[in-house]
Amino acid sequence: MTKKRRFSFRGMDSLIASVVSTLAGLLFGFILLLIFNPAKAGNGFLNILLTGVRSTPRLAKVLYTAAPLMMTGLSVGFAFKTGLFNIGASGQFTMGAFLALTGAISWQLSWPMCLLLGILGGAVWGAIPGICKALFNVNEVITSIMFNWIGLFTVNVLTYNNPVMLASAWGDVSKERTAALAKANLDAILPKLGMDKLMKFNGMNIAIFITVIVAVIIWFILQKTTFGYELKACGFNRNASQYAGINPRRAIIQSMVIAGALAGLGGGLYYLSGTVQLTLGKELSAMGFNGIPVAMLAASHPIGTIFSALFISYIQVGGDAMQPEFAREMIDIIIAAIIYLSAFSLLMRELLGHAKKRRQQVLETVEAPEDKPNANGGESA
Amino acid sequence: MDDFVIEMLGITKDFPGVRANDDVNLQLRRGEIHALLGENGAGKSTLMSVLFGLYQPDRGRILMNGKEVRINSPNDANALKIGMVHQHFKLVEVFTVLENIILGAETTRLGLLRKDEARKRVMALSENYGLKVDPDARIEDISVGMQQRVEILKMLYRDNEILIFDEPTAVLTPQEIDELMGIMRSFAREGKSILFITHKLNEIMAVADRCTVLRKGRLMGTVNIGDTDTHKLSRLMVGREISFTVDKKNLEPGETVLKVKGVTVPSKLHKKNAVKDVSFSVRRGEIVCLAGIEGNGQTEFVSALTGLEKISGGQVTLKGRDISQATVRGRSVAGMSHIPEDRHKHGLILDFTLQDNLVLQRYWEGAFQNRGVIRGNEVRAYAEKLIAQYDVRAGEGPDTFTRSMSGGNQQKAIVAREMDLGRDLLVAVQPTRGLDVGAIEYIHSQIVRARDEMRAVLLVSLELEEVMNVSDRILVMYEGEIVGEFRPHEVSVQELGLYMAGAKRMEREGVRA
Repeated sequence: MTKKRRFSFRGMDSLIASVVSTLAGLLFGFILLLIFNPAKAGNGFLNILLTGVRSTPRLAKVLYTAAPLMMTGLSVGFAFKTGLFNIGASGQFTMGAFLALTGAISWQLSWPMCLLLGILGGAVWGAIPGICKALFNVNEVITSIMFNWIGLFTVNVLTYNNPVMLASAWGDVSKERTAALAKANLDAILPKLGMDKLMKFNGMNIAIFITVIVAVIIWFILQKTTFGYELKACGFNRNASQYAGINPRRAIIQSMVIAGALAGLGGGLYYLSGTVQLTLGKELSAMGFNGIPVAMLAASHPIGTIFSALFISYIQVGGDAMQPEFAREMIDIIIAAIIYLSAFSLLMRELLGHAKKRRQQVLETVEAPEDKPNANGGESA
Repeated sequence: MDDFVIEMLGITKDFPGVRANDDVNLQLRRGEIHALLGENGAGKSTLMSVLFGLYQPDRGRILMNGKEVRINSPNDANALKIGMVHQHFKLVEVFTVLENIILGAETTRLGLLRKDEARKRVMALSENYGLKVDPDARIEDISVGMQQRVEILKMLYRDNEILIFDEPTAVLTPQEIDELMGIMRSFAREGKSILFITHKLNEIMAVADRCTVLRKGRLMGTVNIGDTDTHKLSRLMVGREISFTVDKKNLEPGETVLKVKGVTVPSKLHKKNAVKDVSFSVRRGEIVCLAGIEGNGQTEFVSALTGLEKISGGQVTLKGRDISQATVRGRSVAGMSHIPEDRHKHGLILDFTLQDNLVLQRYWEGAFQNRGVIRGNEVRAYAEKLIAQYDVRAGEGPDTFTRSMSGGNQQKAIVAREMDLGRDLLVAVQPTRGLDVGAIEYIHSQIVRARDEMRAVLLVSLELEEVMNVSDRILVMYEGEIVGEFRPHEVSVQELGLYMAGAKRMEREGVRA
């Protein structure tokens, strides 16, 4: 009984923090729109807010973009629970996409096999920073940033060297992108179950359902299993987890492998939709980086990630509809503002929480926490 | 008329949800040694922080020589010639002694340091008070006792007249404590006034003129030491009679449980070994105490014993099994439980709930998980059982986050967890550090219970009182070696102190079984 209450209460705090920062961020966005183009600001803002529900194709697009975001968000959030900052979701996403597409085009496999390859690609790309961290104590942030770039250019090189992968091999002109799956391998396209017809959006498929199921599985692993218990113990206090007989090195590697696998699955799901082709460019995938704000907005909670990914996707689709009155970048600024403010409200929550705890401490025990106020006072003095 | 140099009148200080000081008066006479006595959490440090300018009181006044003063920062305190030796020294490790002493009060000419003048003054002070230091030694290379001298010289260098000592004896050997008391007396003779924070009654009886007692933030009274004794003081401090001795029945030790042979552990700080060729054994039904001053290899030894660090030589045998290379969990399963030195660093995952912490050593056992899925109900029931059995106070029961619990209850939770494992060897490292008298009594009784249940106990302690009261056998560790072995009734505290300081050593013939 008390357990339930406590749990929802804590969740409530996070939820309020996220909602308040979201509203404040949107307000900030509205002010920006007013500054840039006062005449069109009202209309543009309504576009952000309402586009996603105006028509079924738009809604389908929201779901379609949310799926890979959810996976990279889960990836970042999962690593974070183990005390790791996986900034390499972008490279893992790309690696996953590459292996999935190789399976689809070069090896002519069907979609389930391609997804597995995507998972494998991401997992390997996540494992390397994990191993470096665990065995040589190399900061995972540095390694995973490097591996974003290594991943990107490795994919470019490998794809160029395998001409069958390119669109030009399948009757298109472009040599800068992979083949369209509609021409290369219909079996590799994710099932659409008629939803594309129903919602009048060609990219609509089962990806969003897969991602929601994965989010629930991740929640279960973290919350209900000994494995999740060990990973979290490691994330909160590496020394104590070692004291409890947990092998922190193994936990770090496991956590990065799973985080990478999640991002890799995201890459597979996105490119196996058949509506996008992997462009061989010099830019890192934004999908991977957007996983960071998705995870932050959800406070790394797997179930929260479902909603934060949907939300970010929703306002992105809204942002697209603001053009040409406003630049596409405007929506990125607004997203950034929301994340920034959510970090603030996390801080507020922390402060409130501390005050609450201190009060509890006194009520619970006869001992006054003499040392703690000392330390705080020392800092403020 | 009394000649008060400092008067703190009606000091009240609130922290969110707690009144750390409630209408406290403290009057310090010129040239006296005034002890401030109270348990952990009684408000001593808060009161001194108010005097030192770290906190502003919510109510109350501070008078200096009868005139009201405002102390808004340690700089103000310094200007009023108030100095403080903090419990945890505030020294720059990589600076020399001289540099530390003059830090913040440097003599300069045209912006350049004038160290030679400072050196003369420091040497003169050091000579005058018999505080011998090497001005060019680096702080990181000198002993804790020496570091304390540096802190004292810092106060003298600034011509402080009011000297606050916050638990100064915690890190010292009995001999060093005697020395410190001598120094304090000589300060008092010169007319300096000393405030001496402590919870050790015998020290107060030995050196103080008067004593102010705090309990739970309230003033219990100020007494003349000449009119009181340790029993009266302890009753004022705790509010009830406390037993200074631990009740133990006589017990004949049984078979050997732990055998340590020639164990050597490399140091992380320097190239030498932190633990050198240590051998001893612990039998069922006995409490063996590893005594010594902090930093003499005890921490490294325990890390190696429990599997957190590797040994570079020697052998550890538990119940006849060689566990020298076993993992932490391997050793736990083989029969070892461990109450760690630092409960926040190792003992608890503060952001886990109490119930998750109580199963920290056994969440993987069949009783608490089924194919990797945690059996929430079993964990909860087990936590509730331990909470009741060991009287762990936590506001929300098993769901309390351990971070929000008091130190005493955190430690009780650890003790409950480790005792209930039912292992044959209990390794307890400074299990009573920072706890109040009630909690200390309780933890001691649990350790003795483990012994009475014919388990083997290895207690690592810095507190001589604890060493003398609880142990059946004492091993003294100095610079990584065992330099003496005693039975508590065969040795005096003074004698132990000589061994702890490295002034004496005993040639041991093998291991006394």
